[in-house]
Amino acid sequence: MSGVLLELDRLAMGFGDLAVIEEITMHLARGEFVSILGPSGSGKSTLFKLLLGEHRPASGTIALAGGGDRRSAFAYMPQRDALMAWRRIIDNITLGLELAGMSRRTARRKVVPMLGRFGLEGFERSYPDQLSGGMRQRAALLRTIVQDRPILLLDEPFGALDALTRMQMQGFLEGLWTQNRWSSLLITHDVREAVLLSDRIYVLSARPGRVIGEFDVALDRPRIGSAGLAAAASAIEAQILDLLLNTNPDAKDIVS
Amino acid sequence: MFSSSAFGPSRLGRALALGLPALLTIGALVLAWEAYVRFSGLSQTVLPAPTTVAAQAFAQRAALWANAVPTLQATGAGFALSLCCALAFSMIIDFVPMMRRVLFPVFIVFQTLPLVAIAPLIVLWFGFGLGPKIGLVALVTFFPMLVALVQGYGSTEREIEALLRSMGAGRLRVFLLARLPSALPYFFAGLRISITYAVVAAIFAEYSGAARGLGIYILNAKNSFRPDLVLSAVMVSAVLTLCLFALVAAIERLAMPWRHIHKEPTS
Repeated sequence: MSGVLLELDRLAMGFGDLAVIEEITMHLARGEFVSILGPSGSGKSTLFKLLLGEHRPASGTIALAGGGDRRSAFAYMPQRDALMAWRRIIDNITLGLELAGMSRRTARRKVVPMLGRFGLEGFERSYPDQLSGGMRQRAALLRTIVQDRPILLLDEPFGALDALTRMQMQGFLEGLWTQNRWSSLLITHDVREAVLLSDRIYVLSARPGRVIGEFDVALDRPRIGSAGLAAAASAIEAQILDLLLNTNPDAKDIVS
Repeated sequence: MFSSSAFGPSRLGRALALGLPALLTIGALVLAWEAYVRFSGLSQTVLPAPTTVAAQAFAQRAALWANAVPTLQATGAGFALSLCCALAFSMIIDFVPMMRRVLFPVFIVFQTLPLVAIAPLIVLWFGFGLGPKIGLVALVTFFPMLVALVQGYGSTEREIEALLRSMGAGRLRVFLLARLPSALPYFFAGLRISITYAVVAAIFAEYSGAARGLGIYILNAKNSFRPDLVLSAVMVSAVLTLCLFALVAAIERLAMPWRHIHKEPTS
């Protein structure tokens, strides 16, 4: 791992009297895949909204390496796929490029060669409603990565998929990531997903969300479908589950 | 790629099959009406039979057409004005939420004005020309479209907006790329309601004073005790409304191709 790319320092935020996240400190190194794992209501999505500037933190700081501009640092993949029903698949994928000022022609020329790898060849002129859940998710992922931004923010990208499609998508993402090593933050409440995909995992408590644990996942890749790693992965999973299930969210003196 | 059956003969057949129940119902009503007039011994000067109405409509076709044209003009122009106002005001309300509380009560008051009272006044103030008719049609059709648009903007998926902002889109871009297209289905629902009011509003405006038009034609026919001619004109207005409704439906299909596709993957 080369240096730290993104650093959150004692970030806190709430709505009115309701504290949503408390004193969250975490970092992301260049080329690192980090998951943020927590129960629903632990403020995971709020954390992304803070990074994206949708909300302002009550306290704490967000710092990018080299003082980079936060507005162009993140390629965001929202929950569900957020594909626009009224745009054809190709136009959904090029959306970010066009908003960045690229001409439609140039944007398409950049995207078209990647369609095959994403299993979308022949569907570029289809509308999202004509595609299966897995294809929609791959289109949303492609829309995210073609923006060529320094950090990927993936907010439960596979949460709405059926179990089988989700496993296929996890394998697909792992394969892509292994080739490209994008610096990525993944929000999930799926422990197995976090272990299979991440270099490091932060575990959040229930609301107000705090970091109650940090796990290094030092397993070889590819991990998905690798029988030899199953035992080691299960051990980490068990540790995380134990932490998540046996933590009393009301206790003030939680030790990770 | 699209399957070509979207415009194939099977669709025409399906459209006919869809229209059949309505045609049968209208046919049955007309038959019952005809039978009632024939067998009740009622004078045709009180209730003319549909065949009489149709025959008179045919005999008077030149006069009916000459009077339908200004009605259509008032309807079209009034509707166009209404559309522009609805778009403009819906955008004002969307960009400045406070304006919703300022404008809505005013629009609601306008919407509840009784046409019977306001139409003669508007004619009194603005004369017998096309202007007051256009104004009245606009007044009547404006509100459903405005409400539909404002609600439609609000239906935009929040995640799509957050996504656009993360890509660097400002408010105007978010509006044009997400809020406006999201509002289209709502807008067309409002448009379909509005268009059915439009012809009636134009006729009512003419009824209150006009040189030509279906409204004034109806008034004259009524004053000459010719219910057959009144009903002929009513028939023409019903046909006009149906045609406008069909036109809106056709535009809707063209404007929202993604709503009329097969839901399963193609090719």
